[in-house]
Amino acid sequence: MTTDTSVQSPRVMWATRVIGLLALVGTGLTVWLGLWVTPPDKVQGDLVRLVYIHPGVAWVALYLAFGLAAACSLLYLWPRTRSLFWDRLAAAAVEVGVVFNVATLISGSVWGKPTWGVWWAWDARLTSTAVLLVLFLGYLALRRVPAEPEVRAKRSAFAALFAAVDVPIVHFSVLWWKTLHQGATVLNPNLSPTIHGSMAWTLLLGFVALTLAFVWMLLVRYRIGALEDFLGSGELDMALLERQSEGAGPTPEPLGTADDARAPVKASR
Amino acid sequence: MWRDTLLVAGKDLRIEARSRVALSQVAPFGIVALVLFAFALGPDRAPMAKGAPGLFWVAVLFSSVLAIQRSVSVESVDGARDGLRLSGLDPAGQFLGKTLSVAAQLVVLEVVLGLGVVLLYGANIETFWLIVVSCGLGTIGLAAAGTLYGALSAGLRVKETLLPFLLLPVVAPVLLAGTRMWQAALTGGTPSNGTPWFHLLIAFDAVYLALGVVVYGPIQETA
Repeated sequence: MTTDTSVQSPRVMWATRVIGLLALVGTGLTVWLGLWVTPPDKVQGDLVRLVYIHPGVAWVALYLAFGLAAACSLLYLWPRTRSLFWDRLAAAAVEVGVVFNVATLISGSVWGKPTWGVWWAWDARLTSTAVLLVLFLGYLALRRVPAEPEVRAKRSAFAALFAAVDVPIVHFSVLWWKTLHQGATVLNPNLSPTIHGSMAWTLLLGFVALTLAFVWMLLVRYRIGALEDFLGSGELDMALLERQSEGAGPTPEPLGTADDARAPVKASR
Repeated sequence: MWRDTLLVAGKDLRIEARSRVALSQVAPFGIVALVLFAFALGPDRAPMAKGAPGLFWVAVLFSSVLAIQRSVSVESVDGARDGLRLSGLDPAGQFLGKTLSVAAQLVVLEVVLGLGVVLLYGANIETFWLIVVSCGLGTIGLAAAGTLYGALSAGLRVKETLLPFLLLPVVAPVLLAGTRMWQAALTGGTPSNGTPWFHLLIAFDAVYLALGVVVYGPIQETA
């Protein structure tokens, strides 16, 4: 079993901190620009301010996190690139991705209630996003089943692969489900097609800040995963050592002689 | 590979013929589900007939989870899985064989549930061939994806609870496509209503059959 201790190296820790700091500053700037500096929209008023968060969160969850997880799983399954590094990275990406996926659904719902009048609509995108969330919650549930790291890695990589090939099929099925079932009704978000000036810059900054936040969370989660594995293997090694020393150690002597045996040690101090 | 397919499918179907678990437990469960749906929708026949396609497929999906768990559990006793792995049978053949056996049982189940939907809900089938095509393609997809996930969860102590959670979201497209094709069939819809769904089911079947043929061998190492 390979244990990745490089996660504790000062350079990695430093880089993680810098990225975390940048993400914090970027998010803070986005909040400031989004809530105070940018003007309200002509049609949506203050509601438009969600545009600085919602698409960015969705981008991280649906493309960055789950795309990365699928790629890492493939790299793990490929014999030449098989390494627990990819497995831990995939696990970290899915876990962070699920958080962002939930945030996507929540921020979308918050936006949907005042614009469309409903918290939830059976729109193709919403439905695909929800199915994706359930698929990757299944992946995380599978990961929680105790197993050897290698077995768990392989099993999880297969599960990610099976789920990933389903994503385009789910996407088309709900798209057709929607369009064949009924025409577009409430789902016509009145986003102004052109976005410019301070709004465009804030939107871009939001994307960058959320991506940095994702990278930071990914690095931290990866480190926790690696340390967990390290701890797991360490505990086993320690228990083995204890058992072995029990067998090889001196046979216990009668109580009376134990004090005598310790005495010379005291004297030598 | 094909010979191995038939061998494994024959073995599983012989076990079923002797134990009758699918026939005496899974099929009645499907009927119970249909009756419960009827209770949920009230005594009026109109909503039942309207919802018949979806209810049929939901009942099929839930029953298929049981059929797949049965297909996994026949290998989990007496070291049968290790025996199968040692037998030298082609893993792809094993996958196709188990898929075939599950599919055969699901077809019987679908006939029973289809009759139930017609008799209990008063559904009127106008275009019979759409029903046959949707059930045929849907069954292959369910059986293939189910066998894959069954193999993935085979060694787990929590497989009974984990398998439905993993499998059901994945087979959601089968439910959507099957339901839409049944709706077209019940309303005498033109084939154009069913065509995209037809393609979707073929794509689903092809993806999971191909995936199973390629990875069924390696996946057994995780059990």
